[in-house]
Amino acid sequence: MAFLELSHLEKSFGSNRVVKDFNLDVGQGEFISLLGPSGCGKTTVLRMVAGFETPSSGAIRIGGTDVVGKRPNQRNIGMVFQAYALFPNMTVAENVGFGLKIKGAGRDEISARVTEMLGLIGLPDLGARYPFQLSGGQQQRVALARALAPKPQVLLLDEPLSALDAKVRVSLRNEIREIQRELGITTIFVTHDQEEALSISDRIVVMNGGIADQVGPPFEIYNRPTTRFVANFVGQLNAFTATVEDGAAGRVRLGGVPVTLPTPVSGGSVDLAARPEALYLGRREGNDVILPATVRDVHFLGSVIRIGADVAGMPVALDTFNRADQPPPAPGAAVELSLSSRDLIVLGG
Amino acid sequence: MSLWGRLTGWIVLIFGLTYFALPLLGLTEFSLKARRGVYSLDAYAKVIADPEFQATFGYSVMMALVTIALGILIVVPTAFWVRLKMPWARPYVEFITLMPLVIPAIVIVFGYIRLYNTSSWLPLTGSIMGTNLLLAFGYTILALPYMYRAVDTGLRTIDVATLTEAAQSLGAGWVTILGRVILPNVIPAVLSGAFLTFAIVIGEFTLAALLDRPAFGPYLQRIGANKPYEPFALAVIAFGITWACMGLIQLVTRFSKHSKVAR
Amino acid sequence: MSTASTAPRRRLPLTWLGLLPFVIFVTLFLILPTMYIVIGAFQDRSGGFTLQNLRDLNTGTIPSSYWISIKISVASSALGCLIGFGMAAAVVFGAVPKAIKAPLMTFSGVASNFAGVPLAFAFLATFGPVGLVTLFLRNNFGIVLQRDLGFSILSFWGLTVTYLFFQIPLMILIITPALEGLRREWKEAAEVLGATTAQYWRMVAFPILFPSLLGTFALLFANAFGAVATAIALTGSALNIVPIQLFAQIRGDVLGNPNLGYAMAFGMIVVTAIANIVYIWLRIRAERWMK
Repeated sequence: MAFLELSHLEKSFGSNRVVKDFNLDVGQGEFISLLGPSGCGKTTVLRMVAGFETPSSGAIRIGGTDVVGKRPNQRNIGMVFQAYALFPNMTVAENVGFGLKIKGAGRDEISARVTEMLGLIGLPDLGARYPFQLSGGQQQRVALARALAPKPQVLLLDEPLSALDAKVRVSLRNEIREIQRELGITTIFVTHDQEEALSISDRIVVMNGGIADQVGPPFEIYNRPTTRFVANFVGQLNAFTATVEDGAAGRVRLGGVPVTLPTPVSGGSVDLAARPEALYLGRREGNDVILPATVRDVHFLGSVIRIGADVAGMPVALDTFNRADQPPPAPGAAVELSLSSRDLIVLGG
Repeated sequence: MSLWGRLTGWIVLIFGLTYFALPLLGLTEFSLKARRGVYSLDAYAKVIADPEFQATFGYSVMMALVTIALGILIVVPTAFWVRLKMPWARPYVEFITLMPLVIPAIVIVFGYIRLYNTSSWLPLTGSIMGTNLLLAFGYTILALPYMYRAVDTGLRTIDVATLTEAAQSLGAGWVTILGRVILPNVIPAVLSGAFLTFAIVIGEFTLAALLDRPAFGPYLQRIGANKPYEPFALAVIAFGITWACMGLIQLVTRFSKHSKVAR
Repeated sequence: MSTASTAPRRRLPLTWLGLLPFVIFVTLFLILPTMYIVIGAFQDRSGGFTLQNLRDLNTGTIPSSYWISIKISVASSALGCLIGFGMAAAVVFGAVPKAIKAPLMTFSGVASNFAGVPLAFAFLATFGPVGLVTLFLRNNFGIVLQRDLGFSILSFWGLTVTYLFFQIPLMILIITPALEGLRREWKEAAEVLGATTAQYWRMVAFPILFPSLLGTFALLFANAFGAVATAIALTGSALNIVPIQLFAQIRGDVLGNPNLGYAMAFGMIVVTAIANIVYIWLRIRAERWMK
């Protein structure tokens, strides 16, 4: 039984349909990410759950109760905003205690809860500071504590990491996930950063043009994208066009090389894709597809070397691990790339 | 926005706008009533033909221009210098420039009359030229808060230090830097301040009246006590000038926004 | 033999010279004149120290003129703040179309500078004995402003209503940026934490706006307190307020005692200074949370 149900959610601003027939069941304690480019409707979905936008149609149920008619302050939801949403006129402790104070909790109860929350986010000594005295990462932690202090049923995170530096972003996202697991709170996380979504979520909803393109665990989203959009948006991708020779048997020709796909295909040509890490420089046991290629450029990134090459006129990128005894090929060199036909993704849509 | 919010908003706004529209309407209507029974521009014709109007108005325009020049000469180098070399002094300078908003003009001019009288060390009020000068200085002080703020805001949008260093590396001296590099870059801000100064000086009454100079403001007050319709026509003209000055400020700021390269 | 050329040459810090023109100008035409008045307020005719001038302030019509001035200034600033805030809020928070904002701001720029003699004429032409509104009410409804509504343009309320014409726009000009500085996220964060709109305003928005509101109030107060031209052109000497009395005093019409004039001017400075000190003090208290 889903704890948070969004069914047939629609939202239009004027004639602009921002969210189209959006359905999602979120289990109790689940961490769901809404991933997509800006303008895909992910923030609108979140704001409808929070109550800042009213759906044009559809239902939002939390714990079985429809909340569509309720104002945001009646929904018992916690929310963390992109940045700087702490009340600047209150200390950290006052910020964290705000929700409880509104609920009419007693002074002792508030201060006990504030201490607990500040301990949870690892800032036990900063209660008396004002927001301007904190770093961006600390501010977002306090914002998280403030959202969690009144024990909400659902936690909404609206791109909470996008205003922070890269390092803080990574450490804070791990911390958010840890706290979320510890409290077992149902969470929706909106982001446009695929790495963030992949690393943190139980399930990801990839959104495009107001529609949920694909819903699934990170592993499945990354390895088995069902649409070209998802494949392109999540991670880097090499796309190939292959001519179909025997669709039922899955036999196609990729740049002159015969390939047998594990699944049957139809039509005269088919779009295939492979992740850069699925391609191997040279031959390898189990890699049944061998593609002759010309090296175009070589980017040495440290532990990984990214090589750009041409396969039958199609540009591909592949990642290979750095080995001290194996210098990478020079641009212009003729090489062989291999991959397993099972790593080829057949793209629909 | 809830229906209640919208309704309250409209009520407040309409109430406010009515309050502002009525006096302007009343003023305009009254100024057109010089001829019995019909609206006419008689009052305006009389006013404009009045040589005293021409003289006082000319005097005030002259004063405004002198004040603007003085203001630019004093404010631009100061604001520039403070930004470039003495950022620690900014709060103090800003505080001083805001003082004319707090000390009533009548107090300041009272001080002038006593401090610079004929028997003092600097007898400015002893001669007509000296009094004119003193009036211009007084206006510059009155305009200081607006002028300084406008120029300082203008300087904030350009990188003063880099521009100065670039000019210095090309061999420019301070006068060249100020006149040919900094000033052109803050021209829109300076113009805003200048138009505001113009609007303030044109109708100013207290200083001119107490220093006994033949300016437009005192003339307006005097004629108001003696003539039936002309003062209202004059007030409409004064309002028109203020309006034109503000319009020019808008125009200048808008124009300067277009001419700036997008960052 | 020059030892000076071998010794490290000490350069005097000369940066402050750049401020010299400004400092001289301001000293001569702002600070010295003001100081002259302040000192004069404590001197007798022969230049000796005395408190008699300040004591003399408590004679005749002077105390009541201060009182009326303060009342008009407080009333016009309070109403100006309130109405200006309402109008700015209506525009900023989208109760009325956003397109109104630009013209309203321009108009406010004009009206806040439309003080003095012309403004007085505008109100005379509208609410004066033969003004537009006066005649309209009398001819159409048989209401006589002064008799039936107790309103005269030459009174406390008349002056207050007139002053509002530059007070409200000044408030709009200053408070609009402050209102726009209220982030939408603050309201949403408060809402989602359970706060009602009223609670949000009381606990978040108002405390954040408080310094700007206070500052504007102090400025409006000083603005009204020192307004001479509007009052003189409107009422002549019918209304007994400080600037008019001081004006007459300087013109030599009345008291003929320059030191009492200094004391009156000093009193004006003290009143506006108190308003501003209270403002600064409250602002420091209110801005602990600011950089």
